Amino acid sequence: MNWKRKDLLGLRELSAEEINFILETADAFKQVGTREIKKVPALRGKTLINFFVEPSTRTRTSFELAAQRLSADIVNISASTSSLTKGETLKDTARNLEALHADILVLRHPSAGAPQFLAQRLKSSVINAGDGAHEHPTQGLLDIYTIREKRGKIAGLNVAIVGDILFSRVARSNIFGLTKLGAKVTLVGPSTLVPREFEKLGVSVSHKIDDVLRKTDVVNLLRIQHERQRKEYFPGIGEYTTLFGLTKERAKLLKPDCLVMHPGPINRGVEIDSEVADGMQSVILDQVTNGLAVRMAVLYLCGGIST
Amino acid sequence: MDAEAIRRALRRIAHEIIEQNADLKSVVLAGIPLRGVEISRRLSEFIREVAKIEIETGTIDVAMHRDDVGTRAELPMVHASKLPLPLENRTVIIVDDVLFTGRTARAAMDAISDFGRPARIQLAALVDRGHRELPIRADYVGKNLPTATKEQIQVRLQQVDQEPDGVWLFKE
Repeated sequence: MNWKRKDLLGLRELSAEEINFILETADAFKQVGTREIKKVPALRGKTLINFFVEPSTRTRTSFELAAQRLSADIVNISASTSSLTKGETLKDTARNLEALHADILVLRHPSAGAPQFLAQRLKSSVINAGDGAHEHPTQGLLDIYTIREKRGKIAGLNVAIVGDILFSRVARSNIFGLTKLGAKVTLVGPSTLVPREFEKLGVSVSHKIDDVLRKTDVVNLLRIQHERQRKEYFPGIGEYTTLFGLTKERAKLLKPDCLVMHPGPINRGVEIDSEVADGMQSVILDQVTNGLAVRMAVLYLCGGIST
Repeated sequence: MDAEAIRRALRRIAHEIIEQNADLKSVVLAGIPLRGVEISRRLSEFIREVAKIEIETGTIDVAMHRDDVGTRAELPMVHASKLPLPLENRTVIIVDDVLFTGRTARAAMDAISDFGRPARIQLAALVDRGHRELPIRADYVGKNLPTATKEQIQVRLQQVDQEPDGVWLFKE
């Protein structure tokens, strides 16, 4: 197949073939990081706008570095520096960015669907860098890339995603991507945050972490987002750690070759103990490295076609 | 060209590479995916037969270095490049199936210089069909095939295409 999409809005609308195409393209871009000159002219002359209406350091920096390695020109705009604070609508802001001949718009937005809204109205490529509780496709892709790199395949693996699934866009992108590639996904967490409704997406739901940990090939721990938690959903930090945290003791249940993942930033001692986060089974820093390759691939593919 | 003609052409290129490179051990064959990689492999076998020397091969993908970014409606797969490092003091021979405009060869030279600074870069092609758009010529050519711009050249190699070896010229 060849790549034909100008936008990356989520993994839900991608085929397994398209997901694999991105992963294989990322292999080629990962290699670029090992060259003496780590920069290629693939997007020379293109302008990329990193438009982050929600705070983010890691994802924004990763996109910025990816764009630089592809020789694109980059402008960063955050919520506080944009005219959104002056009452400009999202569409007007975006149209102004397009009038500046921006070719690629990387958007992080608190509202689900904001990237899709813009993708339908702009000629520029739109890359979703996280929209509300909807999707975070490049995070999903880099998680899948890391599993594939370490285990050589996705199909047939048991993958546990633990934490606040209900409000997590990372979880959704992982669920869509992993199930398409044939992994068996189990969601784990308190019933308020992991309702049985999710089974409709073709995954299992469990509220007993110890049973799941013994069998799983990958455990992906989501960050507990204190800043977003509401009392009625969340049991309290201490209780959460006791019931669902990947503590040193609980990590002993894991199979020796089980991968421990976390999208970061880590709350040490809350969803994961330091010893486990820094332990032999942790691939958390590989995720960061791979994120750069995956984002280079996505920017190259979506930004490199004529629109 | 049939399989035998391709075999003879590559064998001759192998001989020329041996003649023109006194220090064969410093030579690296850098194939452009997909068929250039297979041709490199075959050249290295001929060189092993004739000169009893195992020369190193690698892959150089040019997709990231092309000059037509943003002009195509769909993009083909990018492959990972892999070259034996360091390239300093070595001769890198770019290997491709068809030499046409020269733009791919230029992109390959750019890509190689991201890996280091070889002593020399040379170019080998199974078929040279003319119509250069850049000041580039091949050091080793299997067959010169004068063509019209509208015509198409298709190279088929068993290991890549699962079809018998052959070079086909399509009018229109």
